[in-house]
Amino acid sequence: MNNASPFHNISPSDDLVTVTFDGIEYVLPNGANLAASLLEAGLRSFRNTPVSGALRGPFCMMGACYDCLVEIDGETRQACMTAVTSGLKIERAHRDKGLEND
Amino acid sequence: MIEVDLVIVGAGPAGISASVTAAEMGLSVLLLDEQPTAGGQIYRNVVKAAGTRGDILGKDYTCGLALVTALQSAAVTHVTDATVWKIGEDGAVAYSVNGKANLAQGRKVIIATGALERPVPIPGWTFPGVMTAGAAQILLKQSGLVAERAVICGSGPLIYLIAQQMIRAGKPPVAIVETQTKSDLLNAMQHLPGALRGWRYLVKGAKLLSEIKRAGVMRVTGAENLAIEGDTEARAIVFTHHGQTTRIQCNLVLLHQGVVPNTQATRSLRLEHVWSSGQRCFHPMTNKWGLSSLETVYVAGDGAGIGGAQAAEQAGAISALHAAFALGLITKADRDKRAAPILRMQSAELAVRPFLDRAYPPSDQVLKPADDTVICRCEEVTAGDIRDYARLGCTGPNQAKAFGRSGMGPCQGRYCGLTVTELLSQATGTTPDAVGSYRIRPPLKPITLGELATLEQTLTDETKGLI
Repeated sequence: MNNASPFHNISPSDDLVTVTFDGIEYVLPNGANLAASLLEAGLRSFRNTPVSGALRGPFCMMGACYDCLVEIDGETRQACMTAVTSGLKIERAHRDKGLEND
Repeated sequence: MIEVDLVIVGAGPAGISASVTAAEMGLSVLLLDEQPTAGGQIYRNVVKAAGTRGDILGKDYTCGLALVTALQSAAVTHVTDATVWKIGEDGAVAYSVNGKANLAQGRKVIIATGALERPVPIPGWTFPGVMTAGAAQILLKQSGLVAERAVICGSGPLIYLIAQQMIRAGKPPVAIVETQTKSDLLNAMQHLPGALRGWRYLVKGAKLLSEIKRAGVMRVTGAENLAIEGDTEARAIVFTHHGQTTRIQCNLVLLHQGVVPNTQATRSLRLEHVWSSGQRCFHPMTNKWGLSSLETVYVAGDGAGIGGAQAAEQAGAISALHAAFALGLITKADRDKRAAPILRMQSAELAVRPFLDRAYPPSDQVLKPADDTVICRCEEVTAGDIRDYARLGCTGPNQAKAFGRSGMGPCQGRYCGLTVTELLSQATGTTPDAVGSYRIRPPLKPITLGELATLEQTLTDETKGLI
């Protein structure tokens, strides 16, 4: 998909669905871990911090660090604790803070 | 509200084994776990992944399949995707599934919430593209992902295991940069005679190292002054070795400084905890049955002190046997007879630990981070900030929250708590036990108000017999 991704999938799935992240379409494995699938698709940062607007991406992958926060349907969720489903509309968490700094 | 003899929190090796044993003894068991499948982080996704990539992940992973299979045929109510957010002293456990809150009442509770990676506060550790070594393993187990051009940094045998798995997956790491030194290994030698009881692990370690060497992976030990360089993401790792600076470009940095008990749940219950100077972390005080300072609550597995997957499995069974006895389902004699061989195996299993703790200590750099290093990832508080608070009279982690919000972000101190305790201990010249830790309060994980509001509805519906 995205050649920029350093992640290689050794057992890829062919059951794929489309989601959007900040309006950009991504085709991801249905039912897969959302954080892992977005990393595989080449996404590196998932959110901005609410303090300085710094970029962050998945760190622990086990629901403990909250660095993979994204917004889905207005609710802030941990991407690493969410499954990919068709039509998910995902947005960066605390995007405004990031834009403020630009 | 579900009423059961035993509520078990966490479906890793300790929680599964506790569930299976308790069910065998005739207890009604509710097992709550936040992942979609049982296994914990160590056996994560084992039912699916053992077949497709078991050869890469190795026997110490695929052996978890037997455990998860035993759970599937046991008389246990296993609720998946369940986030436990409150555990009461009386055995009441509140949890949410898909945004809906529920309440369960156990006569006893076993907390089996396992371990977390020790925080690794070094410059640049917050960049996207920096993850824990454990996260890399989870990506491989859960999703079949392996990274190209990764560097693994830190201290601990897990580093060799993940390196071996990456080699087997055809993407060997660019380098392994280790912080432990030859003198750490020499210090560990005094524990070697004891560790020989755990010879299987020593042999495994030697095999891992030879496989890494054969693959031609660059390996450095005694690295100091680690820093991750990046812009929008991590680009390189820089370190010094014998006074020389080395810079390695990479796509991903995997950090590891050992694992520590996840004490969020046990702290929230105000259980007695004690500092382990050997493992440089707090753990709840438990007796040989895993019973905590509260007679309703057991703590089993790595959450009670790091012992690894096998010891955790044994601990779960031991706690379950004690609970079965305490609830009158088996006699004391029966309990002791069943527990004796498991306790013996557990003691052999733990024999290697003092050696490993000494040979792979956390680096000075992460225990005494430089002033400008972020130590609270959520609120972006630096080590220097904490030292400033100490100079202004801050004596403990809870005061530090008031001074500058460390530990008050969404992770609730999981990845800064130990660092703040260490920093305040150093700054005030008092012991970590005296400094203490963050006070943890429910909800153990952030929940929405809407979620909380569903609890009343769930309970009302139940009273009316609607569910």
